[in-house]
Parts: sequence; C-alpha cells; structure tokens
Amino acid sequence: MHVHEFLAKELLARRGVSIASGRVAESAEEAEKAARAMAHDQYAVKAQVHAGDRLASGGVRFAGSPAEVGAAAAEMLGRPLVTRQTGPRGEMVRWVYVEEVVTAQTNLYVAVAVDRAVGEIVVLGSRSTVDESEPNAIQERGELHRLPVRIFDSQGTAGFTALARQIAPAEADADKLAELLQLLANSLIELDATLIEINPLAFTADGEFVAIDAKMTIDDNALFRHPDLAAVREADAGLDSDPTELMADRRHINYIALDGDIGVVVNGAGLALATLDSLVDVGGRPANFMDVRTTATSLDIAFAFDLVLANPAVRAVFLNVHGGGMQRCDTIVEGMAVAMRRSGRILPLVVRLAGNNAEFARDRLKTFGISFVEGASIADAAQRVVQVVSKEVA
Amino acid sequence: MAICVGAKTRVICQGMTGHAGTYHTQRMIAYGTKIVAGVTPGKGGRKALDLPLFDTVREAKAATEANASIIFVPPANAGSAMIEAIEAEIPFVVCVTERVPVLDMIRVRQALEGSKTQLVGPNSQGLLAPGIAQLGVMTTVNTRRGSIGVASRSASLTSEVVAQITEAGLGQSTTVGVGGDPVHGIDLKTCLDLFLDDPETQGIVLIGEIGGTEEEEAAELVARLKPQKPIVALVVGRHAPRERRMGHAGAFMAGSAGSAESKIAALKAAGIHIVPNASAVGETMRQALAEWGVSA
Repeated sequence: MHVHEFLAKELLARRGVSIASGRVAESAEEAEKAARAMAHDQYAVKAQVHAGDRLASGGVRFAGSPAEVGAAAAEMLGRPLVTRQTGPRGEMVRWVYVEEVVTAQTNLYVAVAVDRAVGEIVVLGSRSTVDESEPNAIQERGELHRLPVRIFDSQGTAGFTALARQIAPAEADADKLAELLQLLANSLIELDATLIEINPLAFTADGEFVAIDAKMTIDDNALFRHPDLAAVREADAGLDSDPTELMADRRHINYIALDGDIGVVVNGAGLALATLDSLVDVGGRPANFMDVRTTATSLDIAFAFDLVLANPAVRAVFLNVHGGGMQRCDTIVEGMAVAMRRSGRILPLVVRLAGNNAEFARDRLKTFGISFVEGASIADAAQRVVQVVSKEVA
Repeated sequence: MAICVGAKTRVICQGMTGHAGTYHTQRMIAYGTKIVAGVTPGKGGRKALDLPLFDTVREAKAATEANASIIFVPPANAGSAMIEAIEAEIPFVVCVTERVPVLDMIRVRQALEGSKTQLVGPNSQGLLAPGIAQLGVMTTVNTRRGSIGVASRSASLTSEVVAQITEAGLGQSTTVGVGGDPVHGIDLKTCLDLFLDDPETQGIVLIGEIGGTEEEEAAELVARLKPQKPIVALVVGRHAPRERRMGHAGAFMAGSAGSAESKIAALKAAGIHIVPNASAVGETMRQALAEWGVSA
C-alpha cells in the first residue's frame, strides 16, 4: 500500500521527524483557506499522487499568496497527473498538500527500504538529491551510501553515525543526521513499511533537517497489525485506484485491467504471466491480468468471471487452469458457469485444462451446456483464442 | 537420491490441526511421506490423524527424532513458527503459508544465519521427490521419478512444467518451489547448487519470473562453475503489466536487474538454454539432453 505524502509526513512527524508545516485540501477553496490560515510568504502546492517526479510534470507549483494557491490547486485537482513514474495514464489528483516553502542551504537524499535481493533492511543516503532525469548519476559517481540494518540487535548508533558523516553537509551536523536516520529505520520497522524515502531532505540555515517530501509504502501483508492504516487503504482505494482491483483482492483474485480484447482467467501468478506472454507472442491483446489465488472458492471465481464479462471490450475468454493441490480445475469451471449463467453474455470460450481434476472439469463444462474450444497446450490455446477474436472482428 | 529429503526423512507438521494443515497432512501421508507428529501450541498430549501432538517443535523433535518440518501456521504467527523450527535445529523446513509480513521474514533470515536449517518458502508449494516424499501442497498427478531437477519461483507453473517433463518421457528427481515472496529461504542459486551435486539429477529446469535478482544470481553461478549438466530456464513476465514506481530506492537496490529481458540475457550468456514459451519446457529439455549427449 502506497501512502500519500500528507499521511506519510504525519506518521513521520508523530515519530519526531521535522516536516514543513502544511495542510491537505480537497478543493481550490479549501486550499486557499488553508494557505490563509498558515500565513506564509511562499507556498508549495503539491498534487497527492503515489509517484515521484512531480515537480517536472507540473505536480508541484509555487505560489506567493493564498489566491495563487487556490488557482494552482484548481488547475491540479480532479485531473490525472502524468509523471515519468506514473505511466501514460497518470494518476487522478484528489487532494493537494499546501505547504510552506522551506529555504534549504542544501538538499540530501535519504531512504530506508527492504532490499529484497539481500533480504535485509538498508539505509540509503546521498549528499545531493536524486532527480528523475538522471536517477543513476549519483550511484555512478559513487555518492550513494548504503548501511544494512538488523532488526533485533541493539546495534548502537555507530553505523548510522558513519553513514551520516559521509552525507552530512558538515561534520558538526552528522550526529543530528544520524539520529534522524535511526528514527527513519525505527519508523520503517514500527510501521511495517517497505519504503520510506525522503527526497529531498532539506538542511536549513538554522541547522535543521526537514523532510520536504516523503514516499512511504506499507507491507499489505502486515496491515492486520495496523488497523488504522488498513482503514486508510479501504478509504483510499475506494476513491483512488481502480475499485475493481480492490474488490477482486477481497475475493482472493489479483486483477489488473489492461486495454486488449481477450479476457484472461488463470490460476496462479506465474502461470498468469506465462499466459500473457504466450498470448502477446501470437498477436493477442489481453484485456486483463488475472491470478486466481489458491484460497479462492467457486463463488470468488464467479466474481472474477463477472469482472471479465462486465468489460465491454472483451470479445473472447481464455481460461487457462493447471489444477494444483489446492485449486482444482473443477472448482474454477464451476465458478465460471455460475457467472456465465447470471450474466447471460455469451462469449467465445477457449480453455486449456490440465492437472488436478482436468477431466472432471471438462465433463462439468459439458453438463453446464457451455460450449468451448480446447487447446492442447498454452501456446495452442493462445493461438486458437487469437483466431477466434480475429474472426469476430472480420 | 533426491535433494533435501530421502528415505530417512521424518516430518513434523506445525499447524497440523488447522483446516489446511489437516487436509494436506492426510494427502502427504497418503503419498507415503513419513509424518511423525503435529505441533499446535495448547494441544500437546492429544492426538490428531492418529499422530501425537506437541506444544513445541523442540518437544516433538525430542520425542520423534524428526528431521524436517512443514508449516501451515497462519500469516500472523508463521514467522515465529519458522524461527521456532530453526532454533530447534530442524535441518529441513518448508513453509507453505502465504502473505507473511516481509519484516517477519527479515527476522527469519537473521535467525537462519549460521543455523543448521535449510528453509523452503514461505508462500511455497513445497518440495516433491516423486516416489520418495512430498513435503508440500502440489498436485502429484503427472509426476514421475526421474532425473530432472526443477527449481521454481512459481507454484502454478511448476505443475505445468512437471507435466511437460513427464509428457516428454522424462521424470523428476526433485521439484522445489522457492516461494513467491520477495524475502524467503533457499533461492534458485542454492537449488541449482544442490542439483549439481546430486548424482541422480541429469538435467535442471529453472523457472523464473520478473522481479528480484535470483535468476541473475543463478546465471552468475553457472557462468562461474560451468557445470557439466544441461540447464534450461523459463522466465515469464515479458509482457507483464508495468508496475508503477515509487521513488528511486527500488532502482538503487535492484540496479538493472529484475526485468525479463535482463534475466534472459544473463541466463543465455551463462550458456543456459532459454525456453521460448511456457509450452516448450519439456521439448527444450529433451533437446538439451540430446545436445549434451546425456541419457536421462
């Protein structure tokens, strides 16, 4: 779960990280009011999206008065923002964060993250900020410093101090920076976060380190330990991303909408990726990614098919199931039959059934009176469904 | 012989009395796996499935001389269950549980350092040595004892690939699912190493997918060791939906690794046979064996 800047900052501020003063706003009027209440000389108006590189894309604007804040907010709110991190569709801006502009003497980059390749927590730091236009430049110059952090050990502050010395503007500021780095590492552990990135971290004339931005990702698998954040996810997902993806998630289905015309239903993420590869290789255009998890019941699967059948772009359905020890072919076919009956939409169906209970599932399909074409392998079935679609178009 | 397990493998099941634990323990027993006890805190002294139950792994190990464990404990306590097995010095542990918090897995990884345990999983279908032992939840239809070792990051694809290997007239020495979570126990590289040391294994299949650096690391090992066994690899996700990025830390950690292209290039450069699509694994393996002059 990605956390918006305003919430990430609040979570960090509660733990002692200095942030610039700011308020979140849902409308231009609210933004203007917020600016008036804060009464600063300079404001930053920042689109709240789960992606970086906002400044270069007009997602962060500066304003000299509350009226200008309102105008900037009006231009951003209710529209998608496209940055080099969002992908071409961009992300809808529902909120802006109105913040005082902090004058920095210098800006740093710091992050704490789970490094999956090594299986450890690392602190990353650099004495300059990282820019999307040349993200690897700092690394190439050897200016990115890395500190592994362990969870149980009382490892003391030596590592943090050493890293802080390498990136602090001056020797005298290293202790303060080391404290901040430790605070961020502790916050990551406390919040079950997988990423906390502060880019830029401002160093001010008063000798303070202030978080100007904050990117935070929380481990979805740990949300049971954080009911407050789980509630945010529910609320946020309702507004923010494609609601079908969250609905599907509740039904033990991983679903991602794509823009093709072949509805795809597969059990297992690896097999689902393989199915997309096979389809695209023969010129097919998948309408979605779908992975039915092993815990899904036939009713969950019916819901998954509902999603596919409800997509008007879909011209044919490709069902690829390899029955395993936990998810059998017949369970999936049963769910599909339920969905097809209640939708009444008849689409050409190409199936590929193998593994546990494949034969039984075939019989079930026939008893349900559903007509289908069967492929002998994934590649063969992919070929057939692409043929079906091209006939449909012609 | 198979890797990791053998005729003397004696297995306890942590979380055996739960729904999934009961169902799959029955399946494993029916397959011929030597399950010797269950562990469920609070149920010590009772019996389930005609097996003794213990409160702790340590007690179960002392009473039954178990040398392996399979874990079906729900996500909130799965990390502690793995650490308990590691601290009890169980040599081989499989964790099936899905959705274990990643920081719990980092704690588990710390417990594994310098330990006597080899961990498979979590979020793994487990390990199958056809005809010898099943420590997992995979299907056993279309499997056959043989000489191909399979190490995989994907449970569903493993079933598919195993069926193709059998279809091609070959069989499996052992299949291992390393698990689908970012931080886990043994990786593709370690499996590869074990298969290279196993005299029964004549050919190896690696099943990879986008994300992480395991395939690149396996490629590095192969490039270094130049093993005398054919290895084929399938990497899926060439046309996966693109993930949104959040900031730069991810890129700093993974570097250029992680994409299907990067993995395929690295594996190819190491001399590994690349499978063109998911339907061609059995055939690619057969050709590779012929090319290497190996009869399997």
